[in-house]
Amino acid sequence: MSFSIKKQTEVVVVDVEGQLIVGNRQELKQKVLDELEKGEKKFLIDFSQTGYIDSSGLGVLVSLSKKIREQGGELRLANLNDDLQTLFELTKLDTLFQISDTRERALESF
Amino acid sequence: MAESRVAFDLQIPSDVEYIEGVVELARQRCRELKISPAKCSLNIPVALSEALSNAILRGNEAAGGKQVRVRAIISDTDLVFEVVDEGPGFDVDECTVDCTTDENLTREEGRGLFLMRQLMDRVESFRDKGNVVRLTLYRE
Repeated sequence: MSFSIKKQTEVVVVDVEGQLIVGNRQELKQKVLDELEKGEKKFLIDFSQTGYIDSSGLGVLVSLSKKIREQGGELRLANLNDDLQTLFELTKLDTLFQISDTRERALESF
Repeated sequence: MAESRVAFDLQIPSDVEYIEGVVELARQRCRELKISPAKCSLNIPVALSEALSNAILRGNEAAGGKQVRVRAIISDTDLVFEVVDEGPGFDVDECTVDCTTDENLTREEGRGLFLMRQLMDRVESFRDKGNVVRLTLYRE
């Protein structure tokens, strides 16, 4: 499991490879907060290479969304597979986040 | 009555780094048993991960000397995971929070038990040589 970060047309894109769970959520949080501190405002988390997300992983996404919005920025999500989509629907977090089918669509939406 | 067998029975230290390995083992066993792909990739990993995380962080408070036992029991009709910690236990009904209400939707915590109950057919908690959380998922 790992996170890679790169900048794509003024958007910080984070790829989550493997699981987003209690054991690694702080690493994701810190990486995004570091970028936020540098002044970045637009964030996209891409889940195309993600296995599963647990409740603490979902909690980190909620937390990051709040912190980014407080700084006048925006967090969007892309590429949820059917399982992850189900997870977001069960928790109604699909109503809290702007979610795109593809990375390209998400980037265009900013 | 359906015959059941133990698919695995192991003990792990109270460290969240062990969760992924246990979950992967459970997924492998379930794939071997031809459990449906969605149950192998969503219901079992997330619910078991939540139960282990609760046992390690809340039940055992991540104390170095404490262990978590996890057993998988399989029958023709269902899969049962039992996660046992050394904590005082809790009441599943009392502790489950509906994280989908307007007031709870933006909370960072409180989705674990809710997800377990959404993803499993039955979630029970009782005391038997420790605090046991039993997750049951019907095979069909």
